[in-house]
Amino acid sequence: MTEIRKEEFILKCTSACAGCGGSLCLRYVLKAAGPDTVLVVPACCTSVIQGIYPATAVNIPVYNIAFAAAAACASGMSSAFRALGRKTNVIAYAGDGGTVDIGIQALSGAFERGTDFLYICYDNEAYGNTGMQRSGATPLGARTTTTPGGKPTTKKDLDRIVEAHDPPYMATACSAYPLDLYKKVKRALGIPGPKFIHILAPCPPGWRFPAEQTVEMGKLAVKSGMWVLYEREYGSLTISAPSKAAMRKPVPLEEYIRRQGRFRGITDAALTELRHQADLNLRRLTREAEGIC
Amino acid sequence: MLTLATGNKAVAAAVKEARPLVIAAYPITPQTEIVEQIAEYVAAGELSSQYIPVESEHSAMAACIGASVTGGRTFTATSSHGLLYMHEMVHWAAGARLPIVMANVNRSVGPGWNVWAEHTDAFSQRDTGWLQVFVSTVQEAYDATLMAFKIAEHEGVLLPVMVNLDGFTLSHIMQSLETVEIGDFLPPMHLPHAIDVEQPCAYGPLTGPADYFKFRWDIERSMRDAPGVIAEVEREFGERFGRRYGPTEDYRCEDADILVIALGTLGKEAEVAVDLLRAEGVKAGSMRLRWFRPFPDLDLRGRDVVVIDRDYSFGFGGVLAHSIRSKTGVEPFSVIAGLGGQEVTYDDIADFVRMHTPGTEYWFGVNGHV
Ligand SMILES: Cc1ncc(C[n+]2csc(CCOP(=O)(O)OP(=O)(O)O)c2C)c(N)n1
Ligand code: SF4
Ligand SMILES: [Mg+2]
Repeated sequence: MTEIRKEEFILKCTSACAGCGGSLCLRYVLKAAGPDTVLVVPACCTSVIQGIYPATAVNIPVYNIAFAAAAACASGMSSAFRALGRKTNVIAYAGDGGTVDIGIQALSGAFERGTDFLYICYDNEAYGNTGMQRSGATPLGARTTTTPGGKPTTKKDLDRIVEAHDPPYMATACSAYPLDLYKKVKRALGIPGPKFIHILAPCPPGWRFPAEQTVEMGKLAVKSGMWVLYEREYGSLTISAPSKAAMRKPVPLEEYIRRQGRFRGITDAALTELRHQADLNLRRLTREAEGIC
Repeated sequence: MLTLATGNKAVAAAVKEARPLVIAAYPITPQTEIVEQIAEYVAAGELSSQYIPVESEHSAMAACIGASVTGGRTFTATSSHGLLYMHEMVHWAAGARLPIVMANVNRSVGPGWNVWAEHTDAFSQRDTGWLQVFVSTVQEAYDATLMAFKIAEHEGVLLPVMVNLDGFTLSHIMQSLETVEIGDFLPPMHLPHAIDVEQPCAYGPLTGPADYFKFRWDIERSMRDAPGVIAEVEREFGERFGRRYGPTEDYRCEDADILVIALGTLGKEAEVAVDLLRAEGVKAGSMRLRWFRPFPDLDLRGRDVVVIDRDYSFGFGGVLAHSIRSKTGVEPFSVIAGLGGQEVTYDDIADFVRMHTPGTEYWFGVNGHV
């Protein structure tokens, strides 16, 4: 069994909301990465979570950078470290907005150039920092402050975009499965080149559920098949254990949707479409895992 | 070594001599030759820098920022739309106190698409905290680029430097170039706030007004110290390599009654105009402004001044003319000329002097006095 490092790199003074999935993920990401790591953070909730100068809640160097620029900044940093003969991990830790929307060009460029770094997108499915406006990663039907009637379009499929760059390693994870996340970060950091991990990070105020249900909400996302955990290493896909278990005995999607205020008033049509897409995604991934694609 | 080179090639040759750790750049006319030449140096093994062919200028500057904060020397080059596209990161580089050097090949801004010389691009970055120098010859492009690294990396400055050269009229013309062996003129870069995993800290996190204000003042304090550092670096360069520079290049100014002030190649062209005017008995001089930020102290008392702006701040006036008026109190004759690469000859410049009317503005080639 994997021993999770005891040392903490997220100190007990973050300004995250109670039950924040994103900061829970960061805690395990840093435990897996260890002290020889620099985190590159664009504008997002993580810029706030760190605390206010001169205090910091993160016990490794954090380089804050403009919203669109995480992957490019990390690209320069990684090149410089490697040229200096240093193995320091460079991890871009960006929100879904900073990844699927404003930062996608920089992300695509860094992956195409083969940058030696790990890009992590923690996905709370909206712009948390600025008060929960829609992002390209907001799911169909979810209400945000800029989609008060529910988002009319579907969630952008970030993973297929990243996959098109053929990175040596990419994975999905969820804050409710820290051991799975920990192992994936370790795995990723052992591989040269551009690596990508997409983490679903439930957000109590944004998704409108009680703060003590963050872990439960993440588990429901996986168990209902809305979020599938997998890793793809050098093109070979493995569905991760929690999702394999979920496929044997899935929880109805309504269980996940019903618990969140953001989906209140969702239409039957939208719900059917969500279910259809989750099925499609799962089918695509299982076929690939079985080698029938 | 004496060679022939274009302005762009001179910049590339200086970068080769300065040996940056990382170069990240994106091509744009008329800067392309700089990035192509550097790519060739790297491919041929003549330069060991990491060359990052980024997908945009925003990323070029972001990559330079990420590389610079490790303590390594960095360089990029751009022009016009490229500079505007990276604007957010131009601010970031200065605020983060990173001694990045950037060549900006001055070009107009669309629409319509126009690739020729204008200074609007550089002036749009005026308030970002970058030092800005404007050069007028191939040799000066080379020398200023080398000195830019030393000035930027000086512990009393630690701010980025933009070396401006006119598109085509300098970037693409051939002149003789004397290259140097830089030796210990340019020591290895030392960045006091380089990332150190043994000493973790947060760079650029949320910062309250009191601390933010102090950081801003610190940029200004360095800007105020910069003229002293620039003078010291230019003096040392002169002693070592025999070419002397200052905040302005003065030509026949000592006894002049009227001065032409311009930037870049127009400032050089003005020297020929001065000779023409002197032959007519007009006591003219040319004061080519080299440093635009920090803006030097100029003593213009008792003389008439013609300022040529290859730029315009709409609804306000020529940026250089207004800078000179507010800094020195003189009322210049403000000439707007050369926009979008409009040709401005020494004869034209001599005409500006002949027609000068202090306190008025003249749009060359459009409608005369306004
Ligand atoms: C260029 C630019 N545009 C807009 C903003 C405002 N802004 C800051 S963070 C943010 C949203 C971040 O959303 P996401 O990336 O999903 O991260 P989260 O806050 O949800 O963690 C926005 C719109 C900005 N900082 N910079
Ligand atoms: S808004 Fe959501 S993601 Fe942001 S700090 Fe709060 S809980 Fe975390
Ligand atoms: Mg988000």
